[in-house]
Amino acid sequence: MVSTPPDDASLVRSLREGEEAVFAQLVDRWGPAMLRVALVHVHNRAVAEEVVQEAWLTVLRDLARFEGRSALRTWVLGIVINLARSRGRAERRSTPTGLDASLFSADRFRALGDPWPRHWAIGPTPWPTPEQELLAGETRRVILRAVAALPPTQREVLVLRDIEGLPADEACSALAIGETNQRVLLHRARSRVRKAIEDYFHATEPT
Amino acid sequence: MSDNALIELPCQDLIELVTDYLEDRLTPVDRARFEAHIAECEYCATYLEQMRMTIRTLGRIPEESLSDRARDDLLRAFRDWRSE
Repeated sequence: MVSTPPDDASLVRSLREGEEAVFAQLVDRWGPAMLRVALVHVHNRAVAEEVVQEAWLTVLRDLARFEGRSALRTWVLGIVINLARSRGRAERRSTPTGLDASLFSADRFRALGDPWPRHWAIGPTPWPTPEQELLAGETRRVILRAVAALPPTQREVLVLRDIEGLPADEACSALAIGETNQRVLLHRARSRVRKAIEDYFHATEPT
Repeated sequence: MSDNALIELPCQDLIELVTDYLEDRLTPVDRARFEAHIAECEYCATYLEQMRMTIRTLGRIPEESLSDRARDDLLRAFRDWRSE
């Protein structure tokens, strides 16, 4: 998880003065989030690393023009996101986005004529695996696969908010999207990951 | 009040409000209705808890890091940039 640097002005000054240790520190601190967000759009790790490198070179090139209107980290993330988005567009063969089809099959909820319309017919049941173990074993693959399968717009938000732990306002500026849209995308993404875990447990339930 | 809380906010709508609830973006009225429903409906309470578990679990995915080679290349590029 990355935290907002205490003082952007002094970071920018150190970079402009060529302090390599400060640059290395930022690369290490923000690199993981940059890499993860690049991987939303390019599907090859080596290419994602190139995008991150290219983003840093852009940062250095444009540093003189950085006006501090947003936080330095937000600005850097915005740069990597834009590069990854255009790289991804070039790489993509087709766009299988589609609309967010209803996550649940119709029989999960009661019908309109029911005394309790649109309430659960088949409600969720507690998961057999404790939370601390969800990232172990097969559920780890289920979760990572569910994240990888999200539409890019949803995955960008999920990566920044839930995986990297950025606050909403920073995610909105880095992604150049509105607050409401951000929340809708985040909600869809989370709902899909939850559903993937549920589907996995249902499929493996002893009968 | 219990039946009213459930009828006014069907489960299918409640689950779409979970992120708004967690981000504290519901109006006081909607928030009260949400919480009243959760208090009465075991399924939705489970759903909410599973969303929280999902979010916390996503936050525990280990960090990605740049390869040493990519990092070295960058530091070299920084030195080049500095000497320009």
